[in-house]
Amino acid sequence: MTRMIGEQDYTNVAKDLLARASKQGATAADVMVADGETLSVQVRMGAVDRLTKAREKRLGLRVFFGQRSASASTSDFSRDSLGRFVEETCALAQAVVEDPVSGLPESGQLATDFPDLQIHDPTTLQTDEQIALALRAERAAFAADSRITNSEGGECDSSSGRIILANSHGFLGQYANSSFSLSVSPIASDAAGMQRDYWYGVNRSFAKLDSPEAIGQEATRRTVRKLGARKVATCRVPVIFDPEVAGSLLSHLCSALSGYALYKGASFLIGQLGRQIAPNFVTIYDDGRMPGGLGTRPFDGEGLPTRKQAVVERGRLTSYLLDTYSGKKLGLPSTGNAARSIGESPSAGPTNFYMVPGTTRPEDMLASVKQGLYVTDLIGFGINMVTGDYSRGASGFWIVNGELAYPVEEITIASNLKEMYSTIDTIGSDLVFRGRIASPTVKIAEMMVAGN
Amino acid sequence: MSKDESGALARFGVTDREIEQALGRVKVSAVDYADLYFEYCQSESVSMEEGIVKRATKSIGQGVGVRATAGEKTGFAYSDELTAKDLNIAADTARYIANSAQGTAPVPVTHRPVPVRNLYPHDRATIEVATSDRVTLLNAIDAEARRYDPRIKNVMAAYNTEYKVMLVATSDGLMVGDIQPLSRLQVTCIAEENGNRQVGTFGGGGRIGLEYFQNDQRYLHFAREAAREAILNLSAVDAPAGVMPVVLGGGWPGILLHEAIGHGLEADFNRKKTSAFSNLLGKKVASEVCTIVDDGTLRFRRGSLNVDDEGTPTSRTVLIDKGILRGYITDKLNARLMGIPVTGNGRRESYQSVVLPRMTNTFMLAGESDPQDIIKSVKKGLYAVSFGGGQVDITNGKFVFSASEAYLIEDGKITRPVKGATLIGAGPDILKQVSMVGHDLKLDEGIGTCGKEGQSVPVGVGLPTIRIDEITVGGTKASS
Repeated sequence: MTRMIGEQDYTNVAKDLLARASKQGATAADVMVADGETLSVQVRMGAVDRLTKAREKRLGLRVFFGQRSASASTSDFSRDSLGRFVEETCALAQAVVEDPVSGLPESGQLATDFPDLQIHDPTTLQTDEQIALALRAERAAFAADSRITNSEGGECDSSSGRIILANSHGFLGQYANSSFSLSVSPIASDAAGMQRDYWYGVNRSFAKLDSPEAIGQEATRRTVRKLGARKVATCRVPVIFDPEVAGSLLSHLCSALSGYALYKGASFLIGQLGRQIAPNFVTIYDDGRMPGGLGTRPFDGEGLPTRKQAVVERGRLTSYLLDTYSGKKLGLPSTGNAARSIGESPSAGPTNFYMVPGTTRPEDMLASVKQGLYVTDLIGFGINMVTGDYSRGASGFWIVNGELAYPVEEITIASNLKEMYSTIDTIGSDLVFRGRIASPTVKIAEMMVAGN
Repeated sequence: MSKDESGALARFGVTDREIEQALGRVKVSAVDYADLYFEYCQSESVSMEEGIVKRATKSIGQGVGVRATAGEKTGFAYSDELTAKDLNIAADTARYIANSAQGTAPVPVTHRPVPVRNLYPHDRATIEVATSDRVTLLNAIDAEARRYDPRIKNVMAAYNTEYKVMLVATSDGLMVGDIQPLSRLQVTCIAEENGNRQVGTFGGGGRIGLEYFQNDQRYLHFAREAAREAILNLSAVDAPAGVMPVVLGGGWPGILLHEAIGHGLEADFNRKKTSAFSNLLGKKVASEVCTIVDDGTLRFRRGSLNVDDEGTPTSRTVLIDKGILRGYITDKLNARLMGIPVTGNGRRESYQSVVLPRMTNTFMLAGESDPQDIIKSVKKGLYAVSFGGGQVDITNGKFVFSASEAYLIEDGKITRPVKGATLIGAGPDILKQVSMVGHDLKLDEGIGTCGKEGQSVPVGVGLPTIRIDEITVGGTKASS
């Protein structure tokens, strides 16, 4: 894999595209090139189910003609095709309307330091090694409980890639990253039916990946405890979100804090900067430079340096998530949160986004509830980002007198996100990063649970 | 298929002989089936907000995916380079699962260049519309939505098109290509009154070109519908919570079928016995008024295909006949392993993804009830006519879908609009609760995208007005 990464020097392709765009009359431009390779192994019931191997590359070009702009992407890097590609992108830009706010960031804002953020591990796994890891995880899941009767399989993926960003201010930055993941999804059954859950590990460093046995056992623990789930009566109760689903509450916060949602009037947090949106024990950070983080990168999608910043500090909203464009629309500087899909103009999104853990142990949070819901799974898309209205399918456990009494399913939980954030009752001490967005256990004072 | 791209091989720059050799390399005796899938896809998007068309994007991708199946195993590799060397590397990688040396005898393939029927004949020019025409259309939408009501404060609209050329060569000796156009227009309006902000959306499209949106000024209708929904939601009251009768309107509410039963009838889940519908073939899973089909052969529809991504012509598959579970939707791998017919539902997002059994257009056939009578039959309940997304847990069968436009029914009459609420139920039970089916079958406008194993494919749904006797509504207001 390391060999592959160094193999082609796409920085020259990027520079060549910028020169061609300039020749076509573009007043500014930027180019992003991504290449990488992946090996994905899926096993099921003790045998290989699917092997996928690929190497891919893609480049995106954004051009400006004054204040008109367009973006395009291609996977065809041949010289002739790229010539046509630049011409077509330039033609596209000249067909849209002038947007007075558009443009590249100022050159003085661009990243100049590129520290090693420990996001690339050169370890190369052989196909058979990945097969063995996935098989071990699935085997551990089966071994952990006899009620595991079937499986959606185990999966072990490795990938490595590189990002190059260049713009007409002379910025040229690049970084490599890697990712290793292992997951298993067992199925438990009893007379009443089947239940499925899963568990996973993901890390930029292979050495730090959880053991297949730990992942398999946790997957089974999470699955068998769902057997015998029932509905509950409709009522209003305290709701505790386990860390996996508590992370989704932070994802919604990110969507609402994206500069694009805000200036379009499509966020329920418009005009809340500087205001109290949560109790004073709630602090949330976005940290683009956390060593080894899954959202870590030295510069954002426009070449601005990433940083660590408080988004919510003691309950007060202290920052939006902005790139240059959405920042200008709101009269604010970029926060270094430009997210970029190849060939798209930037959007704004989180890097490593997390809630600072509290001091209460999760079991003590349960103990505080006489009657309530402990949510472990959420499904559906019942979130209105304009109003904050929230209504999603849920399953988990019914809490009676501080203990998980029995599993529940086929219920919904509903409230409004603004109200949910402001009525956070307790934050757990159990923060673990398993993705770019991470949360400890969170207790919301009360929500509507709909069931029987 | 237009003449200049018939066979589409010229486009991919690969010769028949190179294809036959690559197939031969992968199709060793331990491999049951292999295919090469070539794809070229060009997509364009122009979007408008704040009254100006400020974004235009274009994306070009091409590549080949090589797949081998042996027993239950699948080996898969893909490449965005299309040289003979890259084809052979991919073939060798895909063959890894067979644990066997490379094959040497080429597999002869016969061209079947033109699909027997063309469900979406098109003129490429109407798919790849000039950017200026898109701009004109979007500007008119902005003006129309704002004219609808001054409380409309922002209009966002996007016009997206995709022009996909595919060619699949299989170890069955088949080579077939197709051109699959796809267009979609989406409008979102935000209304504001006294600090209350609400959103409304409307969209549609299919395997059609610009003329579809221009006919009868359909694009202006899209603008008015999005504006109407946003304005309506300004006066919406809290949705009720609890179990109650729900009437679903025709068209897009058919997402119920897609989530509640469609996914559960995809063959892969049933072969693995991980679906709540496993072992229910021939059993009653719905009331007698329910007959549900998956039909990939409807002209110009978003979910339609001339041939699926394994070269099998699409078909109409009866899933549920008068309440009895009759069939699964299949791809070649699962049909072979289960010993059931291939239904032409083998689909993939792109050359970068493996084939899975997927739905096309899934809908319930019309019944005999008058839609007005269905509403009149409900004393206290919900009437839901438009939805956002839905999701299902295949294994326990629990599904949800969320209303974006819904009303209370009180004493048989539609009264106040309610805020979005999520409906939740269990797939194998919910259709037993359907007691009335209207004679007004309607297919959706062409906005559906289905996700499975990280792959998105365009789909359609349809439904007549139906009455569900009992389903849990996830509102915030305790019912009195």
